[in-house]
Amino acid sequence: MALQAIQSDIASSIPLDRFDVSDPELFVRDALEPYFARMRREAPVHYCKKSAYGPYWSVTKFNDIVAVDTNHQVFSSDVSVGSFVLDDTTLNPVDGGIYLPNFLGMDPPTHDVHRMAVSPIVAPQNLMNFEPIIRTRTRKVLDSLPVGEVFNWVDCVSIELTTMMLATLLDFPFDERRRLTRWSDIVTTRPGYGLVDSWEQRERELRECAAYFQELFRQRKLAQPKTDLVSMLAHSPAMQELGPDEFLGTLVLLIVGGNDTTRSSMSGGALAHHLYPREFDKVKANRSLIPNMVSEIVRWQTPIAHMRRTALIDFEFRGQKIKKGDKVVMWYLSGNRDEEVIERPMQFIADRPRARHHLSFGFGIHRCLGNRLAEMQLRVLWEEIMERFSRIEVVGEPVRVPSNLIHGFIDLRVRLYK
Amino acid sequence: MPKITFISSKDIRYEVDAASGLSAMQAAVDNAVPGIDADCGGNAACGTCHVYVDAAWIGKTGPARPGSELQMVQLTDDSRANSRLACQITLSDELDGMILRMPQGQH
Repeated sequence: MALQAIQSDIASSIPLDRFDVSDPELFVRDALEPYFARMRREAPVHYCKKSAYGPYWSVTKFNDIVAVDTNHQVFSSDVSVGSFVLDDTTLNPVDGGIYLPNFLGMDPPTHDVHRMAVSPIVAPQNLMNFEPIIRTRTRKVLDSLPVGEVFNWVDCVSIELTTMMLATLLDFPFDERRRLTRWSDIVTTRPGYGLVDSWEQRERELRECAAYFQELFRQRKLAQPKTDLVSMLAHSPAMQELGPDEFLGTLVLLIVGGNDTTRSSMSGGALAHHLYPREFDKVKANRSLIPNMVSEIVRWQTPIAHMRRTALIDFEFRGQKIKKGDKVVMWYLSGNRDEEVIERPMQFIADRPRARHHLSFGFGIHRCLGNRLAEMQLRVLWEEIMERFSRIEVVGEPVRVPSNLIHGFIDLRVRLYK
Repeated sequence: MPKITFISSKDIRYEVDAASGLSAMQAAVDNAVPGIDADCGGNAACGTCHVYVDAAWIGKTGPARPGSELQMVQLTDDSRANSRLACQITLSDELDGMILRMPQGQH
């Protein structure tokens, strides 16, 4: 609490024009909210002149974020003019990064064609086929946890379950699935944040990822079409033109999209259980609340802290003059705490009315494609947790990912009670 | 006050009375019709109030409008010529009796 009070004090005393909410250290310390709260009040569309990622605009209020997210004619995701994340090195060949183009980094019409090639696998109709296997694995993972002992929930539950799911979607060799976790993690990192020592190492590992998938792609192309994502890409007419960069870029998008995100919501849910046990008691007494609680977990955690756009023209927005080429960051993490749209936004409320009305999946044409899969995985996880454990106690301080994009945990020590 | 019937993919019917001027999405949400999620709250920004307008009524509602609605409709699974976002259909006495069918799931 003392630490939070200090953060709050800093955020209220330093001049607004010195705010830089992109600093990963703020994310490590979970110190963003006092900054965002002041920005929402005093400078909802805020310009940061200088950051490690260059100058950028921040959009912090819920409805303003929806307005930017749905205006792709002005606010582009296209890789040719910028990126959909603040840090250009994540997807573009600048300052050590490598080029990872994909359909999230495209505007219509090509975007639509590529998106629709992938969409069927995560459509609700298809997801029903996955539920039994998700449930079997979830039970197995939960039954293997050491009740009463301290362990890392992130590694034993969140990573394990999401990586197994991803291996299934891709029909990736199951015993090697932790390579997916590794590749997913290094896409969104830079040297110096504990995962890779140099840009060369990041590039080398991502090239290994490309080579591995090119071989899988080659095999699937020769075989009869199947329902996994690699086979779908290999047999999709729309995807035949993919060059090697776009191939890797598309895979990376699917890997990060299907992995880091749900992982963070699985961890965030455990932390919420620790902090708001009475909310979970409500759900235990009325299991039909689980889907609503899942939406609340996804809002409360907000696993993707931001998405970025690039202005295609000079554009006045909420009184601010955004210039062509400017980076515009939509802070979903802030919009999901906007008290004008969400009542008591800091509270975790399992039976919150209209819980689905949150920003975590984004809005508009780039809205999260795997949202229904994520919700199903989380629903099954919580249905099974409720059958087994009475309490999840978080022991010690959670260790958070040093990233302004991936809002999640590296280490969440917990103790479970029957 | 127009009466609207929502029909699920499993042929379950939900009849709702709604005030003119409301959107079909709002009518469904106010009456807790399952299958209309309306995640974005009526901005044509999520595609989770996708409906198929009955052939007898599509002439009156018109097809999905160019812009956000058409773009979101085109990106939904199983989009058809009579696909609309319910949040973009404004109810009126002229639409009294309209039938809207819902897809198997909102994506």
